[in-house]
Amino acid sequence: MCASGKYSSRGPALIPRMKTKHRIYYITLFSVVLLGLIATGMFQFWPHSIESTADWGLDRRSVHDAPLIRLPVANPIPERGDLSCRMHTCFDVYRCGYNPKNRIKVYIYPLQRFVDEVGVPISSTGLSREYNDLLSAISDSEFYTDDVTRACLFVPSIDVLNQNSLRIRETAQALAMLPRWDKGMNHLLFNMLPGGPPDYNTALDVPRDRALLAGGGFSTWTYRQGYDVSIPVYSPLSADVELPERQPGPRRYFILSSQTAIHREYRAELERLKEENGEALLLLDKCSNLSQGVASARKRCYKGQVFDYPQILQESSFCVVLRGARLGQATLSDVLQAGCVPVILADSYILPFSEVLDWKRASVVIPEEKLPEMYTILKSIPHRQVEEMQRQARWFWDAYFSSMKAIGMTTLQIINDRIYPYAARTYEQWNNPPLVKWSSVNSPLFLPLIPPRSPGFTAVVLTYDRIESLFRVITEISKVPSLAKLLVVWNNQNKSPPEGEKKFKCPECTAIDGLSLDQTHMVERSECINKFASVFGTMPLKVVEHRADPVLYKDDFPEKLKSFPNIGSL
Amino acid sequence: MQAKKRYLFLLSAGACLVLLFYFGGVQLPASGRNRHDRSHNGYRPDQPWPHFSDPLQQFLPWDQLDTEEYNIHISPRQKRDVNTSVYKGKRCRMDSCFDFSACKKNDFKVYVYPQQKGEKISESYQNILSTIEGSRFYTTDPGQACLFILSLDTLDRDSLSPQYVHNLKTKVQNLHLWNNGRNHLIFNLYSGTWPDYTEDLGFDIGQAMLAKASISTENFRPNFDVSIPLFSKEHPRTGGDRGYLKYNSIPPFRKYMLVFKGKRYLTGIGSDTRNALYHVHNQEDVVLLTTCKHGKDWQKHKDARCDKDNAEYDKYDYREMLHNSTFCLVPRGRRLGSFRFLEALQAACVPVMLSNGWELPFSEIINWNTAAVIGDERLLLQIPSTVRSIHQDKILALRQQTQFLWEAYFSSMEKIVLTTLEIIQDRVLQQESRSTLMWNSHPGGLFALPQYSAHLGDFPFYYATLGIKPYPKFTAVIHAVTPLVSQSQPILKLLVAVAKSPYCAQIIVLWNCDKPLPAKHRWPATSVPVIVIEGENKVMSSRFLPYETIVTDAVLSLDEDTVLSTTEVDFAFTVWQSFPERLVGYPARSHFWDSNKERWGYTSKWTNDYSMVLTGAAIYHRYYHFLYTNFLPASLKGMVDQLANCEDILMNFLVSAVTKLPPIKVTQKKQYKETMMGQSSRASRWADPDHFAQRQTCMNKFASWFGGMPLVHSQMRLDPVLFKDQVSILRKKYRDIERL
Repeated sequence: MCASGKYSSRGPALIPRMKTKHRIYYITLFSVVLLGLIATGMFQFWPHSIESTADWGLDRRSVHDAPLIRLPVANPIPERGDLSCRMHTCFDVYRCGYNPKNRIKVYIYPLQRFVDEVGVPISSTGLSREYNDLLSAISDSEFYTDDVTRACLFVPSIDVLNQNSLRIRETAQALAMLPRWDKGMNHLLFNMLPGGPPDYNTALDVPRDRALLAGGGFSTWTYRQGYDVSIPVYSPLSADVELPERQPGPRRYFILSSQTAIHREYRAELERLKEENGEALLLLDKCSNLSQGVASARKRCYKGQVFDYPQILQESSFCVVLRGARLGQATLSDVLQAGCVPVILADSYILPFSEVLDWKRASVVIPEEKLPEMYTILKSIPHRQVEEMQRQARWFWDAYFSSMKAIGMTTLQIINDRIYPYAARTYEQWNNPPLVKWSSVNSPLFLPLIPPRSPGFTAVVLTYDRIESLFRVITEISKVPSLAKLLVVWNNQNKSPPEGEKKFKCPECTAIDGLSLDQTHMVERSECINKFASVFGTMPLKVVEHRADPVLYKDDFPEKLKSFPNIGSL
Repeated sequence: MQAKKRYLFLLSAGACLVLLFYFGGVQLPASGRNRHDRSHNGYRPDQPWPHFSDPLQQFLPWDQLDTEEYNIHISPRQKRDVNTSVYKGKRCRMDSCFDFSACKKNDFKVYVYPQQKGEKISESYQNILSTIEGSRFYTTDPGQACLFILSLDTLDRDSLSPQYVHNLKTKVQNLHLWNNGRNHLIFNLYSGTWPDYTEDLGFDIGQAMLAKASISTENFRPNFDVSIPLFSKEHPRTGGDRGYLKYNSIPPFRKYMLVFKGKRYLTGIGSDTRNALYHVHNQEDVVLLTTCKHGKDWQKHKDARCDKDNAEYDKYDYREMLHNSTFCLVPRGRRLGSFRFLEALQAACVPVMLSNGWELPFSEIINWNTAAVIGDERLLLQIPSTVRSIHQDKILALRQQTQFLWEAYFSSMEKIVLTTLEIIQDRVLQQESRSTLMWNSHPGGLFALPQYSAHLGDFPFYYATLGIKPYPKFTAVIHAVTPLVSQSQPILKLLVAVAKSPYCAQIIVLWNCDKPLPAKHRWPATSVPVIVIEGENKVMSSRFLPYETIVTDAVLSLDEDTVLSTTEVDFAFTVWQSFPERLVGYPARSHFWDSNKERWGYTSKWTNDYSMVLTGAAIYHRYYHFLYTNFLPASLKGMVDQLANCEDILMNFLVSAVTKLPPIKVTQKKQYKETMMGQSSRASRWADPDHFAQRQTCMNKFASWFGGMPLVHSQMRLDPVLFKDQVSILRKKYRDIERL
């Protein structure tokens, strides 16, 4: 584009030399203009990747470029969350509308930096890495819309994942300032660490009107069933550590406790269990002699012995996930990743995604009070069940815990399922690991029904040109009392089917009767089978050794009294 | 001229430049503008989330976990106590309002208050109480009880209703076990009255749980209350009618797409949705009919549409529509729930719910999305297009699921009550509770007892769903009643024949004989372990006890005088592997309805069909031992023990009630037909003439307990593939079966 600009501006310099030949002039001029336009067009319609890479190159986006918004002190504060909110009372379903894809549209507010009157930000961390990942995942997903007027769900770019880093009042004011806030209607907030000392509320303390809360650590008293979504506390180790999936089976330790912030009463009880059951239990704590930082998060100790965390989790059948100050624990994610069966002791805790996930198949929930009986309870679980739970635990992590993207997409899918319940994902889709999905057999006719004879059956006869045998079949089959309809499929394009009762004589017919004995025919059919099996990815056919016969088949019994006397009498 | 041309030229050059900037020039200046914008009033709102390049902090600092030690000052126990004292009334949960310690380990017992003289109780409530008293949960000792049920009728709390019990408040307070309602369960169908129909019961329920119909999500206390369906006085006490779906039709569409026929309320609570239905009615496949004609003074409130609606209403027959529609609308009435719901469910007409805020029946365990369309009253006008968008496959699945749920949990009052109790039991026993899969797939939660195993693969029902197979071996259980005197006794031959089967893992001899156990060396040496168990009380039912020594999924149940060859056993076992939830046996029997005597008859004649196989030689899943022992009432098992007869009939009843399918008969060597089941042996109980008459009596007793006849006839026998075919015997795998 720049180049073409130069060409055309050079034009006037040629004028004196070509005074008389102004025609050529004009031609040249117009071709230059034309060229310029073509070149421009090419730039205009060139694939956008060029543009964005150029953009990356010269302009790296930074959160510090986000506009700064100063919150006036007198700004309104939303009401505290209404505990009676449900989808039919606090959610505007008209925004979602009816659409053929049955998919909600999610809008993300552009990033802004909120500060109070004196310029102090509302959050000590600002946009966290995790929340940024979550928002990018949403914006890359099929849920995303950039059209605020068509959105069904709004996600603020204000990061409230960790309440610790928030200034409650100011954050609430910032929420209320969002252009589409409208009492929080259809707004979704993500929070993983709710509450703060000393009481540690189980839901985000930021007043939020009617906004939906995807919260980690809900208790049965704060969770609005069918409205909020219970989400896991993301473990930062998920991204840092790769734990290869281990085959389900027995492990070196039976029970392992890896949490470092356990109340001393519970620690005392765990130690008592350890005394009673010895080696089967491994009771880890933080390492006292290591330097602080990331390294200490990746180490656990038992009496001076140092273990790698979370790798050590793979060495145990069961892993304890005790409540801490909060109900939701990031440890749960690590434990699932390791394929260790979580033993959850957190009374009144709403398990992550419990609306759709069947935790009974992946975990053991024990009342806190029964901690001393934990060993006995776990011992009573059959081995096969432990193995299934190990597999299930890892699958839950893979599908729903492993990244902020997974957590975000699951949350949106759950809300989507509520808005379009008739298109909701099934229990099997949510809960069956790929291996089970692949090997399980779910018949579309699953109800045990013995249909009555009255509707009869429809006979479908395929034919090419063996008229004689066709008529033979028709005559025979029409004697059957239960026949309701007979359908002949004429597969011959060169001949039209015979009409009415008129009989054809077909000399070659008998010759083809030996078709199934034909060697090439068998080879063809074998090839078919191989081809089909490769397309199915497996051999779906099953071999059985039985055959269904009438009850009195070939029995020494008067034929007259048999219901089906002619079978087998060829 | 030249100047003119020059100007012309300059003009064209200028125009060209303008054009260029107009088309292509957006690029540079725009990015400049962007940069400019960003620093002032944000990105353009219609941009996806940008990729930030700066290093962002983690939301969870590494050291935060360590510093947040669980409320150092408060002990967890104290914290729990605080919860129990804070969360009362509308915020009751199991954690705060239920006393788990009252439920002894693994024992969920229910106490029913004795009925007071002069206290009137409706028939429905009487049925609820007698169901509980007849169930395995019942205890007469309040000290053993985990759950308490009032004998005061709380079903109808509409103060205008004739069934309304007055002074309930005082009556309840006077109960000495009341304990402010702790561990009590209160059944209720109707609450509140015209005009506001509140959900208040008119007395203080304290910390009691509610099993309530038409409960709203607002008042429903999750995992504490139980939402039950609204059922009528005529709802059968036991058994109940089966669903109306007799066979699947494909494509699954019926004459109507969506129907409704019911009252319209004109004004007041819950009237809006039904008043708007006429918008959707199209007189063709969406037929939504309302009438204003109900109540004494309907004429007073009638609106402009009433006459037209009433006329249209009378044109259609409700039953006809119910049976011929793919979907049935279930809009709220004055209260959230309506009888329509169960009617549609039974009729295999997929319910389309229009009742915002109704906590659907048994929502804690049933995934209603698989059997109903949950609509939104606000989106009434979209309902037709919504149901039309549902794919055929999905309709087929929804329809079948209505039938499963109807028969599993709703068809009788007994099922509704037992489901309620089982839900609460699941909460109490926690470790022994059902997964969602067990509740929502055949045969349903009432037949799948979690006390048996926590592992789905241990049940006979979920192999296909989980993509697994049963353990490929069986345990033979031989029921021995005669002393061992000679080495030619049939039991020894049987032992040897069975032990030779490659599928045999072990043999258990259940010694139910009065004589002491024979010495170990009297048993033949076999390649598989033979375990002799001394029968408990030597009663008949002990052959179906869930012995822990049975480690295989399959059990081969045998009488001591059964004559079987190894081949026959092998074949039957391979058949069972294809049908692990059914009984697979050899000699078969049949039942019939004796219309003269108006009772069920039993026959052992050779007939063209059968409905039972004798458990003197049958293979089935070991779960049925557990179910026989723990599911059936003491009255039936007692009858079997007392008569020393009918145990096999009872087992057939049980398995068919669970599977809704007939047993499977496999072929056997023909010459043994007459001698089999010990009819030649004089000592056998089969020789007793009373034996046969007793079996008739048993059948009728069993049928009355099951609330119907669960047995199903079959005309099919399974034979080895080449059985009696004209091919060389050498090509046949199970040749012994046809060799005489």
